[in-house]
Amino acid sequence: MLVGLEHYLILSTVLFAIGLYGALSKRNAIIILMSIEIMLVAVSIALVAFSRYIVPLALTGQVFVIFIMVVAAAEAAVGLAIIIAIYRGYETIDATKINLMKW
Amino acid sequence: MPHQLLWLIFLLPLFSFIIISFVLRPFCNDKPQLGGYTTIAAIGGSFVISVFALFAVMANSGHALPVPDIEWVLIEGGVSIHLGLLVDPLTAVMLIVVTVVSLMVQIYSQGYMHGDAGYHRYFAFMSLFTASMLGLVLADNLVFMFVFWEGVGLCSYLLIGFWFHKPSAANAAKKAFIVTRLGDFGFLAGILALYFNTGTFDIAMLHELAVTGAISGTILTWVAIGVFSGAVGKSAQFPLHVWLPDAMEGPTPVSALIHAATMVAAGVFLVARTFPLFEHSMEAMTTVAIIGGFTAIFAASIGLVMTDIKRVLAYSTISQLGYMMLGLGTGGVAIGIFHLFNHAFFKALLFLGAGSVNHATGTFDMRQMGGLRKVMPWTYATFVIASLSLAGVWPLAGFWSKDEILASSLASQPILFYLALITVFMTAFYMFRAIFMTFGGEYRGGAPEAHGHPHESPPVMVVPMVILAVLAVVSGFWNVNGQFSAFMGHGAGHGPGFFAVLTHPLPLLSLVVAILGIVLAYAMYSAKWLSAERIRGMFGPIHTVLAHKYWFDELYEDVFVRKSMINGFFAGLQQFDTNVVDGTVNGVADGTIAGGRALRQIQTGQLQLYGLFIGIGILAIMLSVLFFG
Repeated sequence: MLVGLEHYLILSTVLFAIGLYGALSKRNAIIILMSIEIMLVAVSIALVAFSRYIVPLALTGQVFVIFIMVVAAAEAAVGLAIIIAIYRGYETIDATKINLMKW
Repeated sequence: MPHQLLWLIFLLPLFSFIIISFVLRPFCNDKPQLGGYTTIAAIGGSFVISVFALFAVMANSGHALPVPDIEWVLIEGGVSIHLGLLVDPLTAVMLIVVTVVSLMVQIYSQGYMHGDAGYHRYFAFMSLFTASMLGLVLADNLVFMFVFWEGVGLCSYLLIGFWFHKPSAANAAKKAFIVTRLGDFGFLAGILALYFNTGTFDIAMLHELAVTGAISGTILTWVAIGVFSGAVGKSAQFPLHVWLPDAMEGPTPVSALIHAATMVAAGVFLVARTFPLFEHSMEAMTTVAIIGGFTAIFAASIGLVMTDIKRVLAYSTISQLGYMMLGLGTGGVAIGIFHLFNHAFFKALLFLGAGSVNHATGTFDMRQMGGLRKVMPWTYATFVIASLSLAGVWPLAGFWSKDEILASSLASQPILFYLALITVFMTAFYMFRAIFMTFGGEYRGGAPEAHGHPHESPPVMVVPMVILAVLAVVSGFWNVNGQFSAFMGHGAGHGPGFFAVLTHPLPLLSLVVAILGIVLAYAMYSAKWLSAERIRGMFGPIHTVLAHKYWFDELYEDVFVRKSMINGFFAGLQQFDTNVVDGTVNGVADGTIAGGRALRQIQTGQLQLYGLFIGIGILAIMLSVLFFG
């Protein structure tokens, strides 16, 4: 069978859902970071798929994905630094335990 | 005399008040007599101008003098209130009454109030009172008059409560003000109703409108009753009579001026001033006559048993004011005002005499006096002359005016005539009972803390009394041949004639009744042919009712004020305030706090929950865009 745009979009959606689920329900902060990375990847796949199937010669989506990967890398670095700082203060990286803003 | 000078009649005492309050009292406190001199000079000036005014009105054949006026309030849409003076015969007569009595009282006060710490304050308030009273008499529109009406009420409060550290005086002052306020409420309602129906406050215009019938029927009756209720309050008629006997707590010259001759006469003056309103409403005239006649006999009955000389005079004043109202209600302005004219002089004199007696003995209780005729001949003589005039003995002043009232009441309301005739007997009786208890017999010691033997008062007190006594004799002669009635615009001037008492039955009857009263008083209190104690024993229950003043004070204070108002209505209002009003305000606050407490549960501090809400929000937006475009 011929692989069409819809197959890539379904893949992207499923990946995004998996990432969203992980970001909202996992307790370990590093797992949350990984889930956010999964969401970013899902979006990248969608962007490239749209670009390849609609305007194949413009390469717009592909260039955008390069930018996304840069940002994802920087964000992962900063996120890990924050997690380390939190660990130093609270002895834990359980997201449910960090609730200073509770009323 | 240029007519602008008429403004000075009430401005001079007003300036006197200002000078005493702001210059003399702060800076010349060591020379108190200056306050007295200032007041006397101001009122003397007013008196002179008033005499000129009287002659000017007479020369103008009884029509009002033209006086320039000023525009005071002008509101877009037509409300315009002028400040002007109305100087007609009624005004001229009242001006004479007020200025003469006030002048005599001020001169007398210099002696009576000598050494009092509040000397300046006293004369300041006396000046203010005289200014207000003169302004009331001169005012040409009802709003202007109402301002001064309240002014005299204020000064009455200030002067009754002059010795305010005495609780009884402070309470009496409050009582006077509050009771007259009840009447003033009706007066104000009457003024406003009149304005809404006629569009004017001006008295001359209202006269015309009433005469031509522009206001008529039930509206006119209600307006007249409203105005009359103000008069009932100020003139201490039944049922608002309760404040006047208590007002005797003030200094005696205050009682002489305010509560005998002038302020209480303001009610009578008001009815006279707005008389066309009453003339054209039969119900209003009847109301005035009935209340007047009833008050006359009611108050006289209480005066029969009083032991405090000022209380006797207070009830006598209420009774005589009832006579004036009776005269107005049955016969017209001239008759009522003529009695006011005469009454002012002899009643003021009686009060000054009572003050003189108090000055000598230190008490007002007649049971502690006696035998004073030997040591106070001038006081005794003037007091007797005034009493004879009050009792209506020919040919003194009171006889002429009382006779007119009896004649007109016989013609209009025969029942009231009989009540009035009985009152003549009672009046003569209680006055001479007072005379025999105070001046007759032997001295019973005076006040327990009195020093030494009583003696005659100084000339500064006696001379005004003598002048008033002369007036008490001659003031009635103005109407012997009807000149007073003619001057006031009633009839062609035919009076009873000097010796009418010998030829007409009615004057003779009233004279005989008065003399019978005097004889009975003589029998009971002087010659002791009848024993006062035994008669009191025979009429025990009646005496108790009278001595308790028909329990009206208790009715008003205990039943109305305490039980109905304070514990009933006011307590209910307080419950409403605490529970409903405060409850609402507190309830809103409590509700807000509870709402906040419920809503803050959302803030768990957990990031993932916030993320979940963001996700739900995005989903909602997507769905709404999908379905609703």
